[in-house]
Amino acid sequence: MFHFLNELANWYGDGAHWRGSNGIPDLLWATVKISAEAVLIALVLALPIGLVLGHTGRGGFLAINITNVGRALPAIAVLVIGVQVLGIGERPALLTLVVLSLPPIMTNTYTAVRQVDPDIIDAARGMGMTGRQILWRVELPTSIPLIAAGVRTAAVQAVATVTLAAYVSYACFGTYIVEGISVNDHVEIVAGSLLVIALALATELGLSAAQRFVTPAGVRPGRTARIAPNVSDV
Amino acid sequence: VAALLGDSQPWLDWNWIDSHPGEIWNAVDQHIQLTLIAVGIGLLLSLPLGFVAWRWRVWEKPIYGVTGILFTIPSLALFAFLIPITGLGRTTAEIGLVSYTLLILVRNIVAGLDGVPGDVRDAARGLGYGTTRQLLRVDLPLATPALIAGIRLAVVTTIGLVTVASLVGAGGGLGTLISLGQQNNFRTQVVLGAGLSVLLAAAFDAILVLIQWFITPWTHKGVRA
Repeated sequence: MFHFLNELANWYGDGAHWRGSNGIPDLLWATVKISAEAVLIALVLALPIGLVLGHTGRGGFLAINITNVGRALPAIAVLVIGVQVLGIGERPALLTLVVLSLPPIMTNTYTAVRQVDPDIIDAARGMGMTGRQILWRVELPTSIPLIAAGVRTAAVQAVATVTLAAYVSYACFGTYIVEGISVNDHVEIVAGSLLVIALALATELGLSAAQRFVTPAGVRPGRTARIAPNVSDV
Repeated sequence: VAALLGDSQPWLDWNWIDSHPGEIWNAVDQHIQLTLIAVGIGLLLSLPLGFVAWRWRVWEKPIYGVTGILFTIPSLALFAFLIPITGLGRTTAEIGLVSYTLLILVRNIVAGLDGVPGDVRDAARGLGYGTTRQLLRVDLPLATPALIAGIRLAVVTTIGLVTVASLVGAGGGLGTLISLGQQNNFRTQVVLGAGLSVLLAAAFDAILVLIQWFITPWTHKGVRA
Protein backbone atom coordinates (compact mmCIF):
# COMPACT_ATOMS: atom_id res chain seq x y z
CA MET A 1 0.00 0.00 0.00
CA PHE A 2 2.73 2.42 1.04
CA HIS A 3 4.78 1.31 -1.91
CA PHE A 4 1.85 2.08 -4.24
CA LEU A 5 1.34 5.56 -2.79
CA ASN A 6 5.03 6.18 -3.20
CA GLU A 7 4.90 5.21 -6.87
CA LEU A 8 1.82 7.40 -7.30
CA ALA A 9 3.69 10.38 -5.85
CA ASN A 10 6.59 9.62 -8.18
CA TRP A 11 4.21 9.55 -11.14
CA TYR A 12 2.88 13.02 -10.31
CA GLY A 13 6.40 14.22 -9.55
CA ASP A 14 7.75 13.03 -12.88
CA GLY A 15 8.42 16.10 -15.03
CA ALA A 16 7.63 14.10 -18.17
CA HIS A 17 3.96 14.01 -17.12
CA TRP A 18 3.81 17.80 -16.99
CA ARG A 19 5.23 18.54 -20.44
CA GLY A 20 4.12 18.20 -24.03
CA SER A 21 0.92 17.16 -25.74
CA ASN A 22 0.36 14.22 -23.37
CA GLY A 23 1.25 16.20 -20.23
CA ILE A 24 -1.23 17.08 -17.50
CA PRO A 25 -1.61 20.81 -18.41
CA ASP A 26 -2.34 20.14 -22.08
CA LEU A 27 -4.79 17.34 -21.35
CA LEU A 28 -6.51 19.46 -18.68
CA TRP A 29 -6.98 22.21 -21.24
CA ALA A 30 -8.24 19.68 -23.84
CA THR A 31 -10.85 18.46 -21.34
CA VAL A 32 -12.01 21.86 -20.12
CA LYS A 33 -12.10 23.46 -23.57
CA ILE A 34 -14.20 20.79 -25.25
CA SER A 35 -16.60 20.59 -22.27
CA ALA A 36 -17.12 24.36 -22.25
CA GLU A 37 -17.70 24.42 -26.00
CA ALA A 38 -20.21 21.58 -25.78
CA VAL A 39 -22.19 23.16 -22.93
CA LEU A 40 -22.27 26.54 -24.70
CA ILE A 41 -23.53 24.98 -27.95
CA ALA A 42 -26.11 22.95 -26.01
CA LEU A 43 -27.22 26.09 -24.13
CA VAL A 44 -27.70 28.05 -27.36
CA LEU A 45 -29.77 25.19 -28.81
CA ALA A 46 -31.74 24.04 -25.77
CA LEU A 47 -32.52 27.31 -23.97
CA PRO A 48 -34.84 28.82 -26.63
CA ILE A 49 -36.64 25.50 -27.15
CA GLY A 50 -37.13 25.01 -23.40
CA LEU A 51 -38.33 28.59 -22.92
CA VAL A 52 -40.85 28.44 -25.76
CA LEU A 53 -42.14 24.97 -24.78
CA GLY A 54 -42.45 26.09 -21.17
CA HIS A 55 -44.13 29.39 -22.04
CA THR A 56 -46.70 27.81 -24.32
CA GLY A 57 -47.05 24.70 -22.13
CA ARG A 58 -46.77 22.45 -25.15
CA GLY A 59 -44.45 19.51 -25.72
CA GLY A 60 -43.85 18.75 -22.06
CA PHE A 61 -44.25 15.03 -22.62
CA LEU A 62 -41.59 15.21 -25.34
CA ALA A 63 -39.18 17.29 -23.23
CA ILE A 64 -39.32 14.92 -20.27
CA ASN A 65 -39.07 11.74 -22.32
CA ILE A 66 -36.10 12.95 -24.34
CA THR A 67 -34.29 13.39 -21.04
CA ASN A 68 -35.12 9.88 -19.91
CA VAL A 69 -33.93 8.37 -23.18
CA GLY A 70 -30.80 10.51 -22.93
CA ARG A 71 -30.10 9.00 -19.54
CA ALA A 72 -30.18 5.45 -20.90
CA LEU A 73 -28.40 6.21 -24.18
CA PRO A 74 -24.87 4.89 -23.64
CA ALA A 75 -22.30 7.67 -24.13
CA ILE A 76 -19.86 5.12 -25.53
CA ALA A 77 -22.30 4.17 -28.28
CA VAL A 78 -22.83 7.83 -29.20
CA LEU A 79 -19.04 8.25 -29.33
CA VAL A 80 -18.49 5.21 -31.52
CA ILE A 81 -21.34 6.17 -33.87
CA GLY A 82 -19.87 9.70 -33.96
CA VAL A 83 -16.52 8.28 -35.01
CA GLN A 84 -18.23 6.26 -37.75
CA VAL A 85 -19.88 9.39 -39.11
CA LEU A 86 -17.24 12.07 -38.49
CA GLY A 87 -13.99 10.13 -38.28
CA ILE A 88 -11.64 9.98 -35.32
CA GLY A 89 -10.67 13.13 -33.38
CA GLU A 90 -12.27 16.08 -31.66
CA ARG A 91 -15.51 16.30 -33.63
CA PRO A 92 -17.18 13.02 -32.53
CA ALA A 93 -16.25 13.86 -28.92
CA LEU A 94 -17.80 17.32 -29.22
CA LEU A 95 -20.93 15.90 -30.88
CA THR A 96 -21.38 13.37 -28.07
CA LEU A 97 -20.97 15.99 -25.37
CA VAL A 98 -23.50 18.30 -27.05
CA VAL A 99 -26.02 15.45 -27.44
CA LEU A 100 -25.68 14.56 -23.75
CA SER A 101 -25.77 18.21 -22.58
CA LEU A 102 -29.01 19.08 -24.37
CA PRO A 103 -31.48 17.09 -22.21
CA PRO A 104 -30.61 18.46 -18.74
CA ILE A 105 -30.61 22.07 -19.98
CA MET A 106 -33.82 21.71 -21.97
CA THR A 107 -35.77 19.84 -19.30
CA ASN A 108 -34.66 22.17 -16.53
CA THR A 109 -35.59 25.23 -18.59
CA TYR A 110 -38.97 23.75 -19.46
CA THR A 111 -39.69 22.72 -15.86
CA ALA A 112 -38.50 26.06 -14.50
CA VAL A 113 -40.82 28.07 -16.74
CA ARG A 114 -43.75 25.74 -16.01
CA GLN A 115 -43.17 26.07 -12.26
CA VAL A 116 -43.48 29.85 -12.19
CA ASP A 117 -46.29 30.70 -9.78
CA PRO A 118 -49.47 31.24 -11.88
CA ASP A 119 -50.44 34.11 -9.53
CA ILE A 120 -47.28 36.00 -10.54
CA ILE A 121 -48.11 35.54 -14.23
CA ASP A 122 -51.70 36.68 -13.57
CA ALA A 123 -50.35 39.74 -11.83
CA ALA A 124 -48.00 40.46 -14.75
CA ARG A 125 -50.88 40.11 -17.20
CA GLY A 126 -53.00 42.37 -15.00
CA MET A 127 -50.25 44.97 -15.20
CA GLY A 128 -50.69 44.88 -18.98
CA MET A 129 -47.62 42.82 -19.92
CA THR A 130 -47.71 40.99 -23.26
CA GLY A 131 -46.86 37.31 -23.55
CA ARG A 132 -43.38 38.16 -24.75
CA GLN A 133 -42.79 40.60 -21.88
CA ILE A 134 -43.98 37.99 -19.39
CA LEU A 135 -41.49 35.50 -20.86
CA TRP A 136 -38.53 37.91 -20.72
CA ARG A 137 -39.26 39.87 -17.53
CA VAL A 138 -41.07 37.34 -15.35
CA GLU A 139 -40.61 33.74 -16.46
CA LEU A 140 -36.93 33.93 -17.46
CA PRO A 141 -35.57 35.71 -14.34
CA THR A 142 -37.62 33.46 -12.06
CA SER A 143 -36.33 30.41 -13.93
CA ILE A 144 -32.63 31.23 -13.72
CA PRO A 145 -31.82 29.10 -10.65
CA LEU A 146 -33.20 25.91 -12.22
CA ILE A 147 -31.69 26.71 -15.64
CA ALA A 148 -28.32 27.26 -13.94
CA ALA A 149 -28.75 23.91 -12.19
CA GLY A 150 -29.33 22.31 -15.60
CA VAL A 151 -26.17 23.92 -16.98
CA ARG A 152 -24.24 22.70 -13.94
CA THR A 153 -25.52 19.13 -14.43
CA ALA A 154 -24.62 19.30 -18.12
CA ALA A 155 -21.13 20.65 -17.41
CA VAL A 156 -20.29 18.07 -14.74
CA GLN A 157 -21.60 15.35 -17.04
CA ALA A 158 -19.56 16.74 -19.95
CA VAL A 159 -16.32 16.75 -17.92
CA ALA A 160 -17.10 13.17 -16.89
CA THR A 161 -17.93 12.03 -20.41
CA VAL A 162 -14.79 13.47 -22.04
CA THR A 163 -12.98 10.74 -20.10
CA LEU A 164 -14.75 8.15 -22.22
CA ALA A 165 -13.68 9.94 -25.41
CA ALA A 166 -10.16 8.68 -24.64
CA TYR A 167 -11.55 5.33 -25.71
CA VAL A 168 -11.98 6.70 -29.26
CA SER A 169 -8.54 8.34 -29.17
CA TYR A 170 -9.43 11.86 -28.02
CA ALA A 171 -6.50 12.91 -25.81
CA CYS A 172 -7.74 13.90 -22.32
CA PHE A 173 -7.27 12.74 -18.71
CA GLY A 174 -9.07 9.54 -19.65
CA THR A 175 -6.13 8.72 -21.91
CA TYR A 176 -4.05 7.84 -18.83
CA ILE A 177 -6.76 5.38 -17.73
CA VAL A 178 -7.24 3.75 -21.14
CA GLU A 179 -3.48 3.56 -21.69
CA GLY A 180 -2.91 2.24 -18.16
CA ILE A 181 -5.52 -0.50 -18.63
CA SER A 182 -4.01 -1.59 -21.96
CA VAL A 183 -0.49 -1.96 -20.50
CA ASN A 184 -1.75 -3.06 -17.06
CA ASP A 185 -0.05 -0.14 -15.28
CA HIS A 186 -2.03 0.34 -12.05
CA VAL A 187 -0.14 3.47 -11.06
CA GLU A 188 -1.04 5.23 -14.29
CA ILE A 189 -4.66 4.05 -14.05
CA VAL A 190 -5.09 5.46 -10.54
CA ALA A 191 -3.10 8.62 -11.31
CA GLY A 192 -5.41 9.30 -14.26
CA SER A 193 -8.58 8.47 -12.35
CA LEU A 194 -7.62 10.83 -9.51
CA LEU A 195 -7.09 13.65 -12.02
CA VAL A 196 -10.54 12.98 -13.53
CA ILE A 197 -12.16 12.83 -10.08
CA ALA A 198 -10.50 16.08 -8.98
CA LEU A 199 -11.63 17.88 -12.11
CA ALA A 200 -15.22 16.63 -11.80
CA LEU A 201 -15.47 17.67 -8.14
CA ALA A 202 -13.86 21.05 -8.88
CA THR A 203 -16.37 21.63 -11.69
CA GLU A 204 -19.28 20.72 -9.43
CA LEU A 205 -18.11 22.99 -6.59
CA GLY A 206 -17.12 25.87 -8.87
CA LEU A 207 -20.42 25.85 -10.72
CA SER A 208 -22.45 25.56 -7.50
CA ALA A 209 -20.83 28.82 -6.43
CA ALA A 210 -21.47 30.35 -9.87
CA GLN A 211 -25.10 29.22 -9.69
CA ARG A 212 -25.63 31.12 -6.42
CA PHE A 213 -23.93 34.14 -7.97
CA VAL A 214 -26.21 34.34 -11.05
CA THR A 215 -29.42 33.77 -9.08
CA PRO A 216 -31.34 37.04 -8.89
CA ALA A 217 -31.69 38.27 -5.29
CA GLY A 218 -35.48 38.09 -5.51
CA VAL A 219 -35.58 34.34 -6.08
CA ARG A 220 -32.79 33.19 -3.71
CA PRO A 221 -33.79 30.51 -1.23
CA GLY A 222 -35.14 32.11 1.89
CA ARG A 223 -37.08 34.63 -0.14
CA THR A 224 -38.93 31.93 -2.05
CA ALA A 225 -39.57 29.96 1.12
CA ARG A 226 -41.89 32.71 2.31
CA ILE A 227 -44.03 32.73 -0.82
CA ALA A 228 -43.99 28.95 -1.32
CA PRO A 229 -47.41 27.39 -0.75
CA ASN A 230 -47.94 25.69 2.55
CA VAL A 231 -48.17 21.98 1.79
CA SER A 232 -48.54 20.65 5.31
CA ASP A 233 -52.33 20.49 5.04
CA VAL A 234 -52.51 18.70 1.68
CA VAL B 1 -14.42 -7.12 -43.84
CA ALA B 2 -14.72 -3.53 -42.70
CA ALA B 3 -12.32 -2.31 -45.38
CA LEU B 4 -14.35 -4.06 -48.06
CA LEU B 5 -17.60 -2.61 -46.80
CA GLY B 6 -16.07 0.86 -46.49
CA ASP B 7 -18.52 3.68 -46.13
CA SER B 8 -21.41 1.76 -47.63
CA GLN B 9 -21.63 -0.35 -44.47
CA PRO B 10 -25.27 -0.49 -43.34
CA TRP B 11 -26.14 0.66 -39.79
CA LEU B 12 -28.04 -2.56 -39.15
CA ASP B 13 -27.17 -5.84 -40.81
CA TRP B 14 -30.26 -7.98 -40.26
CA ASN B 15 -28.52 -11.14 -41.49
CA TRP B 16 -25.95 -10.81 -38.73
CA ILE B 17 -28.70 -10.26 -36.16
CA ASP B 18 -30.58 -13.33 -37.43
CA SER B 19 -27.49 -15.51 -37.22
CA HIS B 20 -26.27 -14.34 -33.79
CA PRO B 21 -29.26 -14.60 -31.44
CA GLY B 22 -27.14 -16.30 -28.75
CA GLU B 23 -24.52 -13.57 -28.62
CA ILE B 24 -27.15 -10.82 -28.50
CA TRP B 25 -29.24 -12.57 -25.86
CA ASN B 26 -26.15 -13.18 -23.69
CA ALA B 27 -25.33 -9.48 -23.77
CA VAL B 28 -28.90 -8.52 -22.82
CA ASP B 29 -28.99 -11.16 -20.08
CA GLN B 30 -25.68 -10.00 -18.61
CA HIS B 31 -26.83 -6.37 -18.81
CA ILE B 32 -30.01 -7.18 -16.87
CA GLN B 33 -28.08 -9.15 -14.25
CA LEU B 34 -25.51 -6.41 -13.65
CA THR B 35 -28.31 -3.84 -13.37
CA LEU B 36 -30.53 -5.82 -11.00
CA ILE B 37 -27.65 -6.80 -8.70
CA ALA B 38 -26.48 -3.17 -8.53
CA VAL B 39 -29.92 -1.71 -7.81
CA GLY B 40 -30.72 -4.54 -5.39
CA ILE B 41 -27.59 -4.01 -3.31
CA GLY B 42 -28.05 -0.24 -3.65
CA LEU B 43 -31.52 -0.62 -2.18
CA LEU B 44 -30.30 -2.78 0.71
CA LEU B 45 -27.79 -0.06 1.61
CA SER B 46 -30.04 2.91 0.91
CA LEU B 47 -33.04 1.87 3.00
CA PRO B 48 -31.15 2.03 6.32
CA LEU B 49 -29.14 5.06 5.18
CA GLY B 50 -32.30 6.90 4.12
CA PHE B 51 -34.02 5.99 7.37
CA VAL B 52 -31.08 7.24 9.44
CA ALA B 53 -30.89 10.50 7.45
CA TRP B 54 -34.63 11.04 7.95
CA ARG B 55 -34.91 9.98 11.60
CA TRP B 56 -31.72 11.65 12.90
CA ARG B 57 -31.36 14.81 10.88
CA VAL B 58 -27.72 15.43 11.93
CA TRP B 59 -26.82 12.52 9.66
CA GLU B 60 -28.60 13.96 6.64
CA LYS B 61 -25.75 16.24 5.55
CA PRO B 62 -22.89 13.73 5.89
CA ILE B 63 -24.89 11.00 4.13
CA TYR B 64 -25.86 13.31 1.26
CA GLY B 65 -22.28 14.60 1.14
CA VAL B 66 -20.63 11.20 0.74
CA THR B 67 -23.22 9.75 -1.67
CA GLY B 68 -23.16 13.04 -3.59
CA ILE B 69 -19.39 12.85 -4.05
CA LEU B 70 -19.68 9.23 -5.22
CA PHE B 71 -22.38 10.30 -7.68
CA THR B 72 -20.21 13.12 -9.08
CA ILE B 73 -17.18 10.90 -9.74
CA PRO B 74 -17.10 9.99 -13.45
CA SER B 75 -17.89 6.32 -13.99
CA LEU B 76 -14.71 5.36 -15.83
CA ALA B 77 -12.58 7.06 -13.15
CA LEU B 78 -14.39 5.22 -10.35
CA PHE B 79 -14.06 1.85 -12.10
CA ALA B 80 -10.41 2.61 -12.85
CA PHE B 81 -9.68 3.63 -9.26
CA LEU B 82 -10.98 0.25 -8.07
CA ILE B 83 -8.91 -1.83 -10.48
CA PRO B 84 -5.79 -2.08 -8.24
CA ILE B 85 -8.01 -3.15 -5.33
CA THR B 86 -10.60 -5.45 -6.89
CA GLY B 87 -9.00 -6.17 -10.28
CA LEU B 88 -10.55 -6.20 -13.73
CA GLY B 89 -13.94 -7.82 -13.54
CA ARG B 90 -17.41 -8.00 -12.15
CA THR B 91 -16.72 -6.94 -8.54
CA THR B 92 -15.20 -3.68 -9.73
CA ALA B 93 -18.17 -3.01 -11.98
CA GLU B 94 -20.75 -3.76 -9.29
CA ILE B 95 -19.07 -1.61 -6.61
CA GLY B 96 -19.05 1.29 -9.06
CA LEU B 97 -22.64 0.74 -10.19
CA VAL B 98 -23.95 0.38 -6.62
CA SER B 99 -22.28 3.59 -5.51
CA TYR B 100 -24.12 5.55 -8.23
CA THR B 101 -27.53 4.32 -7.07
CA LEU B 102 -27.03 5.46 -3.46
CA LEU B 103 -27.63 9.21 -3.82
CA ILE B 104 -30.70 8.71 -6.02
CA LEU B 105 -32.28 6.12 -3.71
CA VAL B 106 -31.45 7.78 -0.38
CA ARG B 107 -32.80 11.12 -1.58
CA ASN B 108 -36.08 9.57 -2.66
CA ILE B 109 -36.45 7.52 0.52
CA VAL B 110 -36.02 10.66 2.64
CA ALA B 111 -38.41 12.64 0.41
CA GLY B 112 -40.96 9.82 0.67
CA LEU B 113 -40.76 9.62 4.46
CA ASP B 114 -40.89 13.42 4.69
CA GLY B 115 -44.05 13.38 2.60
CA VAL B 116 -46.04 11.31 5.10
CA PRO B 117 -48.65 13.79 6.39
CA GLY B 118 -48.36 14.74 10.05
CA ASP B 119 -52.09 14.04 10.52
CA VAL B 120 -51.63 10.45 9.43
CA ARG B 121 -48.77 10.02 11.86
CA ASP B 122 -50.82 11.51 14.67
CA ALA B 123 -53.69 9.17 13.83
CA ALA B 124 -51.37 6.15 13.88
CA ARG B 125 -50.00 7.20 17.24
CA GLY B 126 -53.55 7.73 18.49
CA LEU B 127 -54.41 4.18 17.41
CA GLY B 128 -51.58 2.93 19.61
CA TYR B 129 -48.97 2.19 16.92
CA GLY B 130 -45.43 1.86 18.29
CA THR B 131 -42.43 3.35 16.48
CA THR B 132 -41.51 0.18 14.56
CA ARG B 133 -45.08 -0.76 13.66
CA GLN B 134 -45.75 2.80 12.50
CA LEU B 135 -42.63 2.74 10.32
CA LEU B 136 -43.52 -0.60 8.71
CA ARG B 137 -47.30 -0.19 8.45
CA VAL B 138 -47.70 3.56 7.89
CA ASP B 139 -44.54 5.45 6.94
CA LEU B 140 -42.95 2.96 4.51
CA PRO B 141 -46.14 2.18 2.54
CA LEU B 142 -46.91 5.88 2.15
CA ALA B 143 -43.32 6.50 1.03
CA THR B 144 -43.58 3.77 -1.65
CA PRO B 145 -44.41 6.04 -4.62
CA ALA B 146 -41.32 8.19 -3.95
CA LEU B 147 -39.21 5.07 -3.38
CA ILE B 148 -40.31 3.57 -6.70
CA ALA B 149 -39.64 6.89 -8.45
CA GLY B 150 -36.10 6.58 -7.06
CA ILE B 151 -35.77 2.94 -8.17
CA ARG B 152 -36.91 3.91 -11.67
CA LEU B 153 -34.26 6.60 -11.88
CA ALA B 154 -31.60 4.27 -10.44
CA VAL B 155 -32.46 1.46 -12.88
CA VAL B 156 -32.41 3.70 -15.94
CA THR B 157 -29.14 5.35 -14.86
CA THR B 158 -27.53 1.97 -14.12
CA ILE B 159 -28.56 0.54 -17.48
CA GLY B 160 -26.68 3.43 -19.12
CA LEU B 161 -23.62 2.98 -16.91
CA VAL B 162 -23.27 -0.80 -17.34
CA THR B 163 -21.95 -0.15 -20.85
CA VAL B 164 -18.98 1.71 -19.34
CA ALA B 165 -18.20 -1.34 -17.21
CA SER B 166 -17.19 -3.17 -20.39
CA LEU B 167 -14.12 -0.91 -20.56
CA VAL B 168 -12.83 -2.38 -17.28
CA GLY B 169 -13.29 -5.91 -18.58
CA ALA B 170 -16.30 -6.69 -16.47
CA GLY B 171 -18.39 -8.29 -19.16
CA GLY B 172 -20.40 -5.12 -19.53
CA GLY B 173 -23.47 -6.64 -21.20
CA LEU B 174 -24.48 -4.53 -24.18
CA GLY B 175 -21.34 -2.46 -23.62
CA THR B 176 -19.30 -5.47 -24.70
CA LEU B 177 -21.34 -5.58 -27.90
CA ILE B 178 -20.61 -1.87 -28.48
CA SER B 179 -16.88 -2.34 -27.76
CA LEU B 180 -16.69 -5.29 -30.16
CA GLY B 181 -18.41 -3.19 -32.82
CA GLN B 182 -15.82 -0.47 -32.27
CA GLN B 183 -12.89 -2.92 -32.46
CA ASN B 184 -14.26 -4.73 -35.52
CA ASN B 185 -15.51 -1.51 -37.14
CA PHE B 186 -18.89 -3.25 -37.39
CA ARG B 187 -21.76 -0.74 -37.03
CA THR B 188 -24.52 -3.26 -36.42
CA GLN B 189 -23.09 -4.26 -33.03
CA VAL B 190 -22.79 -0.61 -31.96
CA VAL B 191 -26.28 0.42 -33.05
CA LEU B 192 -27.79 -2.77 -31.63
CA GLY B 193 -26.00 -2.27 -28.28
CA ALA B 194 -27.21 1.33 -28.00
CA GLY B 195 -30.74 0.59 -29.22
CA LEU B 196 -31.24 -2.41 -26.93
CA SER B 197 -29.88 -0.44 -23.98
CA VAL B 198 -32.49 2.28 -24.51
CA LEU B 199 -35.24 -0.32 -25.07
CA LEU B 200 -34.20 -2.16 -21.91
CA ALA B 201 -34.43 1.08 -19.93
CA ALA B 202 -37.88 1.84 -21.34
CA ALA B 203 -39.08 -1.69 -20.60
CA PHE B 204 -37.85 -1.67 -16.99
CA ASP B 205 -39.34 1.78 -16.47
CA ALA B 206 -42.73 0.57 -17.72
CA ILE B 207 -42.58 -2.53 -15.50
CA LEU B 208 -41.82 -0.41 -12.43
CA VAL B 209 -44.71 1.95 -13.22
CA LEU B 210 -46.99 -1.10 -13.39
CA ILE B 211 -45.64 -2.48 -10.11
CA GLN B 212 -46.27 0.86 -8.44
CA TRP B 213 -49.82 0.89 -9.81
CA PHE B 214 -50.53 -2.50 -8.23
CA ILE B 215 -48.89 -2.04 -4.85
CA THR B 216 -50.18 1.48 -4.15
CA PRO B 217 -53.88 1.21 -5.02
CA TRP B 218 -54.76 4.17 -2.80
CA THR B 219 -52.98 6.58 -5.16
CA HIS B 220 -55.46 5.96 -7.99
CA LYS B 221 -58.61 4.47 -6.40
CA GLY B 222 -61.18 6.68 -4.74
CA VAL B 223 -60.62 6.90 -0.99
CA ARG B 224 -63.61 5.56 0.89
CA ALA B 225 -64.43 6.86 4.33
